Amino acid sequence: MAYSEEVLEHYENPRNVGKMDDSDSHVGTGMVGAPACGDVMRLQIKVNDEGVIEDAKFKTYGCGSAIASSSLVTEWVKGMTLEQAAELKNTQIADQLALPPVKIHCSVLAEDAIKAAVEDYKKKQSV
Amino acid sequence: MDIQQNYFAFLGLPESYDVDLKALAARSHELQKTLHPDRFAHLSEREKRLSVQYTAYLNEAVATLKFPLGRAQYLLHLQGIDTISEASVQLEPAFLFEQMALRDDLEDIKVMSSPEAALDKFMDGVAQQLSEYQRTFAECYAVGDSESLERAAAVVRKMQFMVKLQKEIELVESELD
Repeated sequence: MAYSEEVLEHYENPRNVGKMDDSDSHVGTGMVGAPACGDVMRLQIKVNDEGVIEDAKFKTYGCGSAIASSSLVTEWVKGMTLEQAAELKNTQIADQLALPPVKIHCSVLAEDAIKAAVEDYKKKQSV
Repeated sequence: MDIQQNYFAFLGLPESYDVDLKALAARSHELQKTLHPDRFAHLSEREKRLSVQYTAYLNEAVATLKFPLGRAQYLLHLQGIDTISEASVQLEPAFLFEQMALRDDLEDIKVMSSPEAALDKFMDGVAQQLSEYQRTFAECYAVGDSESLERAAAVVRKMQFMVKLQKEIELVESELD
């Protein structure tokens, strides 16, 4: 299967790969997985006191499309508010990366991951 | 022999997770002989086409039932539970953390100067975990009520990640040689 230029670009030069300290109260961690392909994705955000995402990191074990989807999301969410980040749709990711139908689920995974990270951050703040 | 039958019935095997692999191989061999295209050479186009269809069904059946994960998924499928094509499901965070950690460990092993021993140990650990999942699946499936089948499906999802990890390990291994 042919990957789009954009997927290859993110795959070869993934942005923001890494790990943040999960015990930091400013960090939200989203962990998701897709049993069908065995992919695992971790997406983390660092949020400032104004509720704006200052930094984002990811680590994905999976196919090129899953890596590209999460890489793209970490780029996009920097500078967004939590609300904006939670509203990201997988279709935006899939469009941007020109994902073929069989790889749409990778963009769904990335959407689930950013939502989970936002949720995790909010949960941490409420305790 | 009938392709309307499920894989177990088609192969003449009892519908069970605990499959006798020798019997599976023997039945498959037998059916393959019966279905061999040469035996149909003198027959009509329709019958030749049928023999091709049956052979394809036989290959599918064997490929599915041969491995524990495929067998488990197929048994659940027969009970109306799909674990094959589901895209996004809720998984326990602890399990995901563990899977992430295992993959991180494999990455670390990959860059060691002589990773063989560490890789062997890692592989054993994964295999052990996987056989534990298989045991749990067998238990839940044997009970068979809807709650147990849901638990069986949850275990199958975990097995999928572990089988994928095994493939990753094999890849690392093949790069070593």
